Amino acid sequence: MSFYLAIKEVWRNKGRFFLFSLVIALITVLVLFIAGLAEGLATANREYLAKLDAQLLVFQSDVKLSTLTSRLGNDTLTKVRRVPGVAAVGPVGLSNGNLVFTNGTPDLDVSLVGFEPGKPGGASALEGRDLRSSRAYETVIDNDIAREAGVKVGDTITFKSIQGTEEEYFDLRVAGITDGRQYFFQPSVFVPLEVWDKIRPQAVESSGDEALAYNILAVQLSQPAMQVEMAQLIQSQVADVEVADLVTSYEASPGYSAQQSTLNTQRGFTLLIGILVIGGFFQIQTLQKVPNIGMLKAIGASNSTVGLAVVMQIVAVTVFGVLLGTLGTLLLSVGLPQGIPIQFTQETLAAAMLSLMIIGPIGGLVSVRLALKVEPLMALGLSS
Amino acid sequence: MQNIVETKSVSKIYETGEMTIKAVDQANIQVKAGQFVALVGPSGSGKTTMLAMLAALLGPTEGQVFIAGQDLSRMKEKNRVVFRRQNIGFTFQANNLVPYLTVLENVELMLRLNNKYDKQGHMRAVELLERLGLGDRLNNLPNQLSGGQRQRVSIARSLIHDPSLVLADEPTASLDTERAFQAVQIFSDLIHEQNKAGIMVTHDLRMARYVDKVIQMMDGRIANIIENPAEIAALASAGQEERSQIAIPVEPIELPAAKLPIFVGRASIPAVGD
Repeated sequence: MSFYLAIKEVWRNKGRFFLFSLVIALITVLVLFIAGLAEGLATANREYLAKLDAQLLVFQSDVKLSTLTSRLGNDTLTKVRRVPGVAAVGPVGLSNGNLVFTNGTPDLDVSLVGFEPGKPGGASALEGRDLRSSRAYETVIDNDIAREAGVKVGDTITFKSIQGTEEEYFDLRVAGITDGRQYFFQPSVFVPLEVWDKIRPQAVESSGDEALAYNILAVQLSQPAMQVEMAQLIQSQVADVEVADLVTSYEASPGYSAQQSTLNTQRGFTLLIGILVIGGFFQIQTLQKVPNIGMLKAIGASNSTVGLAVVMQIVAVTVFGVLLGTLGTLLLSVGLPQGIPIQFTQETLAAAMLSLMIIGPIGGLVSVRLALKVEPLMALGLSS
Repeated sequence: MQNIVETKSVSKIYETGEMTIKAVDQANIQVKAGQFVALVGPSGSGKTTMLAMLAALLGPTEGQVFIAGQDLSRMKEKNRVVFRRQNIGFTFQANNLVPYLTVLENVELMLRLNNKYDKQGHMRAVELLERLGLGDRLNNLPNQLSGGQRQRVSIARSLIHDPSLVLADEPTASLDTERAFQAVQIFSDLIHEQNKAGIMVTHDLRMARYVDKVIQMMDGRIANIIENPAEIAALASAGQEERSQIAIPVEPIELPAAKLPIFVGRASIPAVGD
């Protein structure tokens, strides 16, 4: 009976309910875009670290887990390798630079990642092959670079670096292409650590005599689940280091937490606005129907019939609005300019859609309560 | 004949702060099956409160209300809802129909609420609406009807589920004179034809010409009960004189005979003309 009443009312007032579904759809678009933006920005910030083939990262102590500030040497590397439970350790050097192209593609800012081939810290090629030699001027590039600049396996790319006061250009042969590995909003170029040390931007030109120093160590554990215990063990056995898991490491990236909490606050407020809008609409709608609800109860409709009819309408309108909004968002996102870091994952979409579908009934609770409180006596113009 | 409605010293007392208002005071009334009764009286006389108690919408403070043999005063609210749905038919002054249901759906609503909607029920609803001259309006929404047509739909809805008692609260209040007379005449005819007990609250004494009994209320008490047809006719004439500037414009309308037995499962009432 409730379904019959709910569906008849929606059907006979299609225009009004469709307009309201559109409002919910617009709120959905807003929430999904904020969620997509949060995911996209987070990915651009952390993708390299999040996809690392390691469980722990070792930083220099007292640098607040800053990858670029941290400096570690071979001595530390050796000590970490000796800690029981450590399966493999890879030194990683991180810096920035540009790729320059002769085919008219604009210069591209990139993160330069140096690692020891075969050790943790690099990236496996999905196309082409992995890096093998520690001295060859070869690279595995992020597929964002391949897509934006039209680079293929076997091509040569030019890395521009400022060393001292001079611009230096280094040719790198593309051995392989990996998946998305952005770091600090820039796609990554993976090179052997020794090559990284030679081509990275430096205050003075490298003489080649200095001891190799890198930023962090990527640690693979024999038992990946024992991250907390192993982090403590490494810190107790190796002096002047701080050890963190991958999540803690990328959350410590400058601005990452602030950015995510800002976007999550926006998302929260948008959901709150959604609750108020849905609540307001159904409250007004129910207020208009009070005499009618009184009549229905007087002729024998139970409270549960009337209340359930209101709930069904709220759910139907919300679900339709959310699905419409999701479809609209996905269509809109196809037409967005490339530079906007919006990313929709199944998890992001599902979480945002679920939260939107929950706010409908929450917003409508007041109107359901109002409908339940209407007295059948009202049909006779009386009240108890 | 069996009493469908019987009240025993029923009272309804409202207490607001230090004020105590006896809306209905020790009222005793009886209405039999096939009897159409007008409950009349000035504003504040307690007739609507009385109607609310007879409709199982309001519990009495004192006394007992029996409808179809069941004591409403002892009934829990949940059971009263079911009782109303099954045993009582309503016609209200306003907001009578569900605005988003068609004429036919509004009438069928009572069958659906009682889980009695089936093909036969549908046919009976169509038949009843056709008899009430609404055969070409079955799929219209209430806002596409005149006031008189809406009231006729409401009358059909009040009878379709075969209730024991049919109640009407000022059914003519929003109608012009001609439609008011027509509506009450139809109501009266169907109540007699289908052997229902009918009670109509009205201010308009002219409508007394269609009833079998007039119960006059005053200050919550039953002031007078008139059953003599001559006295009822005199009362209706007095009502007419009160509104003497308005002539009775109506041609009595002939209710067509029912083609189908009105209700299945009860003693079938012969339709008019049978």
